[in-house]
Order: sequence, then C-alpha cells, then structure tokens
Amino acid sequence: MEKVLLANIDNPKSAEIGVYEASGGYDSLRKSLELAPDDIIETVKKANLRGRGGAGFPTGMKWMFASKDPKFPKYLVCNADEGEPGTFKDRPILEKNPHILIEGMAISGHALKAEFGYIYLRGEYPAAKGILEEAIRQAEAKGYIGDNMMGSGRNFKLAVHQGAGAYICGEETALIESLEGKKGHPRIKPPFPVNVGAWGMPTIVNNVETLSNMPFLMRVGPEAYAAIGSKECPGPKLFCVSGHVNKPGVYELPMGVTLREIIYDHCGGIKNGKTLKAVIPGGISTPVLPPDKIDCPMDFVNMPKHGSMLGSGAVIVMDESVCLVKVCLRALKFFEHESCGKCTPCRDGVSWLRQVLARIEGGEGRPGDIELLSEVAGNITGKTFCPLGDGAASVVLNFIKHFRDEFDMHIARKGCPIK
Amino acid sequence: MKSQIADELECVKAKYPAERAALLPALYLAQRKYGWLSAEAMDEVSRELRVPKATVRGVATFYAMYRHKQVGRNVIQLCTNVSCMILGAERLVDIIREKYGVEPGGTSADGRFSLVIMECIGACGTAPAMLVNTDFHESLTQENIVTILEGYR
Ligand SMILES: Cc1cc2nc3c(=O)[nH]c(=O)nc-3n(C[C@H](O)[C@H](O)[C@H](O)COP(=O)(O)O)c2cc1C
Ligand code: FES
Repeated sequence: MEKVLLANIDNPKSAEIGVYEASGGYDSLRKSLELAPDDIIETVKKANLRGRGGAGFPTGMKWMFASKDPKFPKYLVCNADEGEPGTFKDRPILEKNPHILIEGMAISGHALKAEFGYIYLRGEYPAAKGILEEAIRQAEAKGYIGDNMMGSGRNFKLAVHQGAGAYICGEETALIESLEGKKGHPRIKPPFPVNVGAWGMPTIVNNVETLSNMPFLMRVGPEAYAAIGSKECPGPKLFCVSGHVNKPGVYELPMGVTLREIIYDHCGGIKNGKTLKAVIPGGISTPVLPPDKIDCPMDFVNMPKHGSMLGSGAVIVMDESVCLVKVCLRALKFFEHESCGKCTPCRDGVSWLRQVLARIEGGEGRPGDIELLSEVAGNITGKTFCPLGDGAASVVLNFIKHFRDEFDMHIARKGCPIK
Repeated sequence: MKSQIADELECVKAKYPAERAALLPALYLAQRKYGWLSAEAMDEVSRELRVPKATVRGVATFYAMYRHKQVGRNVIQLCTNVSCMILGAERLVDIIREKYGVEPGGTSADGRFSLVIMECIGACGTAPAMLVNTDFHESLTQENIVTILEGYR
C-alpha cells in the first residue's frame, strides 16, 4: 500500500513545507476550496471515514451535525493529546509530517465553515510544539491558511494549545474545558460539542490522524478511498506496536489487517523466540486478548465482534515472561491517577479495584477477591460521566475473563507464580 | 510594577476569544520564568488574567506538569507504564535512585536531578523511555541511562 499518512517520513526534511509541496502538498486544499462545504461533507460520508481517536465515530455524520447548527463562529479542534498508554501513532505526523495535518485542518475548516482551529497538543510533546508552530507560520506565509486562504475569500486561523499532563483531557469535553483554561472535567452530554462546545459554540473535535486523512481522501475521491481495507471501515490506518516483538514501531496498513498479520508479518514475530501470552490491541483501555483470538480484523466495526476494540490502534504485545496481574495492576494505577475525581463510581471504584489488585499481586490476596473485583467493576460500568471509568472496569473484567488462572494462582501461592 | 510575563502573555491572549483561555499557557510562562509555581507566581498569573487566585490554584494543581515545589536543575521524567514496564523501566528507577540519591517525586541533595514517574510519554515503540527536561531519550538500557544522565550537570 502506498504510504499516505507517513509519506516522506524517511526524508529528514519531511517537516518542511517545500518537501510537502513537492509531493503535491496543498493541492487538495486548492481543489477543496473550489467545492461547496456541504459537498465535502458528502464526500467524507461517502468515503465512510471513521474517527481515529478511539471511538470510531463516523466523521461525516459528526460534521453534518455541526454544520446544521446555525450558531457561529464554529471551532475546529484537533485532538493531539495522545495519552492512551501504548499510543505513539500521532507523534510521527506531528513531528515529521505537520503539513498533512495543517492541510487536513484547512480543508475541514472550509467544510465546516469554521474559521478558527486549535491543535490541542499534549504537554509531553515539547518538540512537536515548535515544529507545528513553525509549520503554521510557513503555511500562513504562503497564503495557504490565514486570511483569504489561497484567494478563496475564506479564512482559517490556526493555533497550538499545549496541554499540561492530564490523560482525561483527551476526552473531548474535558479537552474543551481545558482549552477554555479550566480543569479538565468532562461535561455531561448532551448537549454535544457539535452544538455547544468551546465558548458555547459548535465545536468539532477530531483526532490528528482523522484530519490527516483529508488531503488524500479529497485527492483520490470517496470511491478509491473506500476501496482500501475493510469494506465496513475503510482507509489507511496507523498501528503503533510496542512490547515483545522484533520490530516495534508505527506501521501504516489498511484497516482490517489482522492482529496476527501485524504481529507476525509486519513486526517480525515475538522477540527472542519466546511465545505470545497476551495482546492489548488498541491501547491500555481496550480488552486484552489471548493468543487464540488474534485472527481478528483490526477495524472499528469488526473488533467488537471479536471481544475487543480498535481503540487507538496501539498494539501492546506481551510474551510468556510477563505477569499479567502486574500488568493489570499497572493499568489500574494509571486509571486511578488519571481519574479526574468528578464522579464517585470512577474516583472511588477505580481506587478500590487498584487496592484489591495490589494485594493480590503482593501475595496477600484473599479467597473471594476475584469475585470482589468483578462486583466492583460491574458497579462502575455504565455509571460514570465519561468512558474512563468504564475503560478501567473493562480492563479488569477482561484480564480476569481470559487469564483467571493466573489471578487464582497468585492468591493460592501467595505471590507471583512466574518469578 | 509591570509583570515579567505580561508581554508574552499579550501574544498568547490574542489566540483566544476569551482571556481566561490563556490560563494554561500563562502558568507555563510563569513556570518557565521561576522554575516552579510558587504562591507568588500563581498570584501574578491571577492578576494578569483577572482570574481569582483560588481558581488559578485549582487549575494549576489539576495538571501534572505544573510544579508546586522547587525542582532540580534537570528534571528526569521516566515512563513506567505498561510498554516501558515490561521492558524493564522499574529497574531503571532503581538505578537512578541508587546512583543519584533521588526518590520518585523528589530532588537529589545537590539539586542536580529531580525524578518524576510518568505515565506513557508516547515512545512505547522505543521503550523504555524518558524525557530529561525537554529532550526525549528512548531505547534505554541499564547501561546507557547512566551515560545519558552524565551529560546533564
Ligand atoms: C478518557 C478518554 C481519553 C481520550 N483520549 C483521546 C486522545 O488522546 N486522543 C484522541 O484523539 N481521542 C481521545 N479520546 C476520544 C475523544 O473523546 C474523541 O472521541 C475524539 O477525539 C474524536 O475524534 P475522532 O472522531 O476523529 O476520533 C479519548 C476519550 C476518552 C473517554
Ligand atoms: S508506555 Fe512508556 S512511553 Fe508509552
């Protein structure tokens, strides 16, 4: 497959506007500015583009909701918070291919009649901030964005807003609060951001990778785009693979490639000849899978049918040497730390789960602890403001579902059987 | 007296339709200027943006990257999340602790290093990883981490 999102990535000067222009960069924007905004939204719908931020929401539908709202100004916000542990797929775009994102945002801004765009960039990517700001300056100097983009009479102002280390700010309503200068507490939905978002105005939040698909999508058209990968959920997709594989890294592959193909064909299999024990397929919040469940097509529509989720496309591969109780505990420590504290089931429930896991891992687990974990997790599910609590509960439930033996053994032997 | 961060803040404010949105950037500016967010630094931000002191403090303490005590000359931010953990990040914490006498969340007696344990920093494919100040260091081993840290005085 021709690389789209990671095109030019091996060129050390890939972030420069000249390199981007030389391979047709900003041609799609020129073409799109000649189209009516609603026609672009139609194109996105036809292409069946789904958001790459984790939930896989149909982008065209989100855009239509925003576009139908009569309030102006509208804001386009790029979610570059990339906080889901295991995820490092947006980073190469931000650091090495910033113009594909800027062009994508300018096209999207035109489609949505949004004249202001923000890139909400996580605080942990300091280098990306400078690179993006320089790229924005270059694009403005060339007249691609800013006032009267390419003589079209349309305006698009773009700025970078730096986060400050809070995972919850990746959730779109918390992100908007944070953009407004507040604590990152999620808002109750509805109203949805497409109607009442930043500063009370219609706001479209999309992931870096989603917006970066736009130049290519507009260049090839919806039919050619929809012909890539899974029929139900097409397009190029970034997968970031970490853990015990021979060749970890970011791979651009068609949607629907199987987890097995990713691990064995693209990443060269398990390191040091060891055997596969477990995979987290889409970032730490997605359900873990055992080795006999890796023939699943990696896309937003099919993964749920195979017991997990595509999430952020962050594949974490674990070999036989890994203690899964420890991994589960580490994940829960993360959720406990990142719970914003606004709602009780998440704040107290996740902390409770972590405490029980800690005693099991530490060799002090009690009979009945696994039932207790299931019960507490069950009481979090569906009762929280935002999906963070649900994610934490489902992590625990799925580790227990597939690897119950290992938990039992920790309790029975008063410690880790692997050590 | 004119605040030291006032000029830069004017440019930042221009990016947003409401002044309040400049609060996160303002806290960064103050932190860069003073090294950490003392009560005085936060009060300065409060005056500049006309946001109540308690609100500034509430926001500043919500986010992990704002510092509420003096930090060392170099801040080591080491990731111990799952991808880093399964490739040995915990051992690296021990090495830093033993070699430089710094505990997670603390600062070495000579003020050279502060150590912060991070959640994922987006370098999982080249785990374990850390940020020292604003520099990424990836594919860390028990050997190369010391060589890298020796480069920071
Ligand atoms: C706890 C939590 C964390 C999230 N973190 C991110 C993130 O880091 N990046 C991201 O793009 N979306 C993240 N999301 C999803 C966003 O809320 C939102 O759905 C997404 O940015 C929409 O963009 P898309 O439609 O292009 O996927 C997160 C959601 C939740 C509940
Ligand atoms: S888990 Fe350590 S950088 Fe992602």
